[in-house]
Amino acid sequence: MADTAIKKLTVNGREVTFSDERNLLEVIRKAGIDIPTFCYHSELSIYGACRLCLVDVEGKGVMASCSTKPAAGMVIQTDTKEIRNMRKINLELLLANHNRECPTCTRSASCALQAIAHRLGVETVRFKAPRKEEPIDDSSPSLVRDPNKCVLCGDCVRVCSEIQGIGAIDFAFRGSSAKIAPAFDASLGQVECVNCGQCAAVCPTGALTPKQDSSKVWEALYDRSKTVVVQVAPAVRVALGEYFGAKPGENVAGKLVAALKLMGFKHVYDTSFTADMTIFEEANELLERIQGGGELPMFTSCCPAWVKYVEIYFPELLPNVSSCRSPQAMFGSVAKKVLPEQFGCRREDLVVVSIMPCTAKKFEAQLPKFSVDGKPEVDIVITTSEVQRMINSLGIQLQELEPEAFDMPMGFATGGGVIFGASGGVMEAALRYVAEKLDNKPLKKVDFKQVRGMEHLKEATLEIAGNEIRVAVVHGLANTKKLLQDIKAGKVKYHFVEVMACPGGCISGGGQPWGATDRIRIQRQQGLYNTDKAHQVQKPQDNWLVQRCYEEHIGGKPGSHEAHHLLHTEYQNRSQIFDAKLPIMRGVESNRLPITVTICANQENCPGQLLLGMLSSYVKDKKYTPWVDMDAAFSSRPAQDGTICVTVGDQIVERTHFHNAMNTLEQLQNQAAFKKITDAIDKGLAQIR
Amino acid sequence: MKESVEKTKAMVQHLAAVNAILEKNGHDPGRLIPILQETQEVYKYLPRDVISYLATSLDVPVAHVYGVATFYAHFSLEPKGKHIIRICDGTACHVKKSTAIQQHIYQRLGLNDEKRTTDDLLFTLEMVSCLGACGLAPVVVIDEEVHGQVTPAMVDTILDQIIAAEKTAKGEE
Repeated sequence: MADTAIKKLTVNGREVTFSDERNLLEVIRKAGIDIPTFCYHSELSIYGACRLCLVDVEGKGVMASCSTKPAAGMVIQTDTKEIRNMRKINLELLLANHNRECPTCTRSASCALQAIAHRLGVETVRFKAPRKEEPIDDSSPSLVRDPNKCVLCGDCVRVCSEIQGIGAIDFAFRGSSAKIAPAFDASLGQVECVNCGQCAAVCPTGALTPKQDSSKVWEALYDRSKTVVVQVAPAVRVALGEYFGAKPGENVAGKLVAALKLMGFKHVYDTSFTADMTIFEEANELLERIQGGGELPMFTSCCPAWVKYVEIYFPELLPNVSSCRSPQAMFGSVAKKVLPEQFGCRREDLVVVSIMPCTAKKFEAQLPKFSVDGKPEVDIVITTSEVQRMINSLGIQLQELEPEAFDMPMGFATGGGVIFGASGGVMEAALRYVAEKLDNKPLKKVDFKQVRGMEHLKEATLEIAGNEIRVAVVHGLANTKKLLQDIKAGKVKYHFVEVMACPGGCISGGGQPWGATDRIRIQRQQGLYNTDKAHQVQKPQDNWLVQRCYEEHIGGKPGSHEAHHLLHTEYQNRSQIFDAKLPIMRGVESNRLPITVTICANQENCPGQLLLGMLSSYVKDKKYTPWVDMDAAFSSRPAQDGTICVTVGDQIVERTHFHNAMNTLEQLQNQAAFKKITDAIDKGLAQIR
Repeated sequence: MKESVEKTKAMVQHLAAVNAILEKNGHDPGRLIPILQETQEVYKYLPRDVISYLATSLDVPVAHVYGVATFYAHFSLEPKGKHIIRICDGTACHVKKSTAIQQHIYQRLGLNDEKRTTDDLLFTLEMVSCLGACGLAPVVVIDEEVHGQVTPAMVDTILDQIIAAEKTAKGEE
């Protein structure tokens, strides 16, 4: 149990009380003295690397306050000549190793290194840089990694492993060669990164930043042959104002609309409109699964980082993920279908831009499955931080603007669509829909406060018209991992689970203003709930413009054939990223089809070996050899659920119906799944040749 | 068909050694270093695929295993030769011209500062810090056997012996 008794110590001659603070740093900060740090985040483990939080403890000497336990009677000095000099030298050493091309750095205005150097009065850097220029990694569609700006504080490493449970980057090598890198020094775009951008959200410098795409937006706006429209995600409006002096949580949607119009966007729409539409589809999917005995629990699918996470780590749960596209992707497909006709322009001349709090949405938009004829449905995704720079570059004084309304019809949204940006918001909006549907009479009380807030896991059991609906809301992928393990082990049972990758939901996405703390997150969430509260229409099902959109363009009702085409998607098993591989055959042509069969290395007679042999014979018989690369992938994973994964190109020939008991050629060949694989190979080859 | 099945069978058998190491260490991520050490004994280095395999089997991030493997000089991510030659380059050996021995072996085996392993994967040359046998300087350790007051001619004799033994072994196969 935590020791909560009140004790006293002395800071700079003043008495300070404390109880269960985990270190001296928090006690001193509580006393109103902001000791500088890089590597300390209250949500992460204590690392003690930056050596800036030094204090003098009487009788003990100079020590790092972040890793010192407070004790009653301690006498502490936070600023002595010695400490001041040490901090300055530590900073100088960091700066010596740092690429100091500050004016061109996107983090120039919010750089902690710059701010602290300024604060401590570092005027010169006396040391020569021993570093050699490392290449910039811009392979990820979401993030840019510039090792030359890294100060090795390890914040990104800890957020990725502790908050997100992934660990896509870590320290590698040692001494003066030490660096932060993905496995095998690969680029970020090749590894298990889910693009959430939480690393960029904690990086004190410009070493990890959201990829900048605003120049593409300017290109489109300057091109007179293009009609450029934009969608704005819910979470952007309650954070953007922070750049312009507003309080976190203040809704600046109206001013943002006015600013975007000044920039030259023809129409400004609200992603909350398609968030409402998501509820129409997703809530109906949930009801169908509950009433028709489908896979439960159903997971939400709005968060692309979560979707990629489940594709990599829990592919066996993909059938449980709602097939609904995210609101951003729904907006893209609907806009590209509906707007060209409305504006009298060609589909290829319509440019759809989105403004998102999220770096993973950049990844989502470029997925081939969200393209038609090679053209993405959402053309360009920019983050809150990028739109701020666009506003500034035009010299717009955001706070001076008269608010304007979103354009109709895709600018009309209910309160339910707006709260999508907070953890628990998708769940609450869905419950408003589901409760009314099941109860068959108007829902009076629309608030479901059990699912709101910053708790890691929120659970609720609802009695609706004799039905018991059990739901869970989780944020942070490390928390999610624990929940998924419990679900798989049968320890907990739910009907519906909402997952958002970022702490508190989209409001603290990787593209939001830098430096979010739980206090700011709560304020931003509150901003969305206040907007909902002030809305005349709170239930997504009451969005008559969504209803009309269904009637006119999407097959009349949710779940229609047209709706499935425009508003739903399929998922990809990405679990083979890091499997050990053995090349079986290598083609010679420049365009080749990769085929991978996963084999369980724990099992002497894994049927995958036989299947691999059959496929290699098939490829040889068909004379496909020059165009095929075939690999055996080894894993200890398939043993767990007894299935084999076969991938052909970037398509997974889904969890085929082979299992361990099948170990003769005939048994395998007679499976419909075998035909499915050979068909996929035939199709892949036809495209390549 | 037979060929690819044989190939994978061989790989499965190969990984069986890794599985045995994992088993022995209870699949405990806390025992990552002994697991890597034992694995390196099997392969003489840590192949990329094996690092991936270990990481996924232990349920730890691959980047973490890579970090540990690159932190310790003991681990190698490049293939190593069957016979490892370590030249001591501590102060005493350096003064006693360990560099001349290094240059001699470089020439004899066609190696240089970047290329440390022969193409036939028979020899790897490493320069190491003080081995603590300064009285015998210059010192060369070949396959765990310590040779003192080494001259280039002595190195040649030892290498000739190893090469001859390898040839005989091959002939017998």
